[in-house]
Amino acid sequence: MDFINAIIVLLNYTILPALTYGSQLALGAIFVTLIYGILRFANFATGDMMSFGTMFAVLFTYYLQSKGISFGFLPTALLTIPFAVAMMISYMLIIDKTVFSYYRINKSPPVQLAMVSIGVMFVTQAIIRIIIGPTDRRFMDGEKFILKASEFKDMTGLAEGLTIKSTQIITIVVTIILVAILFWFLNKTKTGTSMRAYSDNEDLALLSGIDPKKVVLITWIIAGILATIGGVLYGLDKSYRPFVYFNNMLPIFAAAIAGGIGNPYGAFLGGYLIAFAEIFLTYAYKRFFIYILPEQLEPNSLMQLLSTDYKFAISFSILVIVLVFRPSGIFEGKKI
Amino acid sequence: MKNYLNIIIAYSIMLGLIILVGVFQSWSIALTIFNYCMISAVMTMGANIQWGYAGLINFGIMGYTALGGLAVVLVSVAPVSEAWSVGGVNMLISLLFIILMIFSVRYVLKNIEKSKKRNYLVAGIIIVGLFLIKIISGPAIELIEAVEPAKTGFLGGLGMPVLFSWIVGGFFAAGLAFIVGKVALGLRADYLAIATLLIAEIVVSIIKHEDWLARGVKNVIGLKRPAPYEIDLQTSPWFIDLVEKFHSTKLSLTNSLTERQDLLNQLVIDASSIYVKLCFAGLFLIVVIILLLVTQKALYSPWGRMMRAIRDNEEAASAMGKNVVKQHLFIFILGSAIVGIAGAMMVTNDGLFTPGSYRPMRYTFVIWVMVIVGGTGNNFGAILGGFVVWFLWVEAAPIALFFINLFTSHLPETNEIKIHLINSAPYFRFLLVGIGLLLIMRFRPQGIIPEKIIKQ
Repeated sequence: MDFINAIIVLLNYTILPALTYGSQLALGAIFVTLIYGILRFANFATGDMMSFGTMFAVLFTYYLQSKGISFGFLPTALLTIPFAVAMMISYMLIIDKTVFSYYRINKSPPVQLAMVSIGVMFVTQAIIRIIIGPTDRRFMDGEKFILKASEFKDMTGLAEGLTIKSTQIITIVVTIILVAILFWFLNKTKTGTSMRAYSDNEDLALLSGIDPKKVVLITWIIAGILATIGGVLYGLDKSYRPFVYFNNMLPIFAAAIAGGIGNPYGAFLGGYLIAFAEIFLTYAYKRFFIYILPEQLEPNSLMQLLSTDYKFAISFSILVIVLVFRPSGIFEGKKI
Repeated sequence: MKNYLNIIIAYSIMLGLIILVGVFQSWSIALTIFNYCMISAVMTMGANIQWGYAGLINFGIMGYTALGGLAVVLVSVAPVSEAWSVGGVNMLISLLFIILMIFSVRYVLKNIEKSKKRNYLVAGIIIVGLFLIKIISGPAIELIEAVEPAKTGFLGGLGMPVLFSWIVGGFFAAGLAFIVGKVALGLRADYLAIATLLIAEIVVSIIKHEDWLARGVKNVIGLKRPAPYEIDLQTSPWFIDLVEKFHSTKLSLTNSLTERQDLLNQLVIDASSIYVKLCFAGLFLIVVIILLLVTQKALYSPWGRMMRAIRDNEEAASAMGKNVVKQHLFIFILGSAIVGIAGAMMVTNDGLFTPGSYRPMRYTFVIWVMVIVGGTGNNFGAILGGFVVWFLWVEAAPIALFFINLFTSHLPETNEIKIHLINSAPYFRFLLVGIGLLLIMRFRPQGIIPEKIIKQ
């Protein structure tokens, strides 16, 4: 019984949150990696682009709520995703047309494009703050919990409760569906194959008649979908605040590079790697050990490896270690 | 002279703008902006040495700035003797362990061949070391942080003059740059950018959360100053006399004695704050001029030519027998040290150390915009970039407010869009700086004052 309790503690406080957070990071990381692989630059506007899409989801949600429309037990924000994605994609295409395409056509070095993306980051941040302001916003509605701790205790008679928030399940399910579709698209369709070819060897792809404009367009469309949905899922689970989204850029980069940049499988796994490392290393295992160890060995400290203040620092350290020892990423060799 | 014409014009316009602020807003604001422009200029010079001279991207400016600020606290604050007596010994032992750890890792790396065994050994040393340090320092940290947590709760500094800390700040930053350089300099440009940014984030999060070191997010206030305090000035007779002489015509206009006294008091208060800012401005100007002379000399020396050769063609330079790796590391350390000095200057100017305020937006990306806008590879350009972008960053809100009022003047005061726009005026700085960067990148990628190579 104690053993099951210990497992429930882990499941409740580490595994479930890590899976959720990992899914959110994974979507962002695939976004970064696609832009890097196909458009060939590190996009420093990642966090703010996610924030931009989410902003529209928040605004549309408020609008629908004011009209009295809801999505039953699911959050209303899910209804607004198509609109938000459309806004996001049009913004990205405008930015691409006015800013990025010039440097792409001139074959500028990636560093220059990265610098330009910093300019885009500033502008996007300004637009977001002017439209919606810098404050914290919650737009989650509908059923909050799928399983409450007390219900679980009544059901099983265990001492530890298991709480499943609906946002956690929504995040994990949506991510799996989205990523499955994406990988199917990249591997099985003609457009996806041409994108992979373009990513592997641009000149050869052009020679074999692949239309670069189409590849770029599709890349931005996929990026828009990933960025918006990733952002909305994060916002539903926690809350929407522009500054936090900007900061999330860093663990997302860490996930993308740890998985080997330009490699969507790697980015997907990298997201979970970062999330699990962050949560497992900062969790206080005291309760876990109380269940699992005999009474005389019970710990009296928190049994925490690192304080939660260093959550971000862990993902950055992982990244630095990966960069130094395996710059091509942990999951190298499995190209898209 | 002709060569420098565009530089002189650009600098005069900039100075004119600051004077305009003085005339229309207040001299105190103008001097604050001027001082911050100068600090930004020093940071920009540091980044420019790395990017402009050697083509190295350092997005970790935030970390070096924070270390420079930390140096001010560790050097100038008086030591907290009680904290030292409860936990000082343990902290020193921990420091010893860290040094031991570094040397043993170094020993292993040097004397054992590259193999799996070596990797495990290094990892083992680090894990055991961290474990021991945690055991030794854990209780000591708790004791130190319990010493008057509202006021101190940290070890304090050495109680030395604050100007000395500027040099120490440079050395701190150089030390970090040495480690970062050893670890990351082999990476490709965009990886290097991300790696340096993330290492800087780690450094800032350590400063933020290790309260025993510099109170963390609780901030250290009331730091020493290399300039007199306003309160002392307001009570010293020579200063009041000076103000009286300076404003004698204005004062003679008033008739009654009490009114005259009130006016004089007000003038003395204004003048004292301006006087202090002028003192800082003088100190900063000295630093900027020294750095400018040295970097300018270096840029046109054989060493500077070698750096440009390495930047433009690494393979060719290395084929000519130049040690590219060593030079990259050297210039990385040099540039970072300058940024560290700027960080120390900034904290001294503010009189407080706020680790929570070190964010990548303000201390990395804005500085990079300065470097690119000003002109990469040109020290005059770097300084100008610091001035222009900081001026825009600060004055964007008033400018935006002016335009919002102009364009919405036909709308009633209660119009929602107008109120919303007026409330979001501060965020127009991001828009202005972002668009500025994009325009410069597109139409003048070499910056306002481009790099100039003098041919002998």
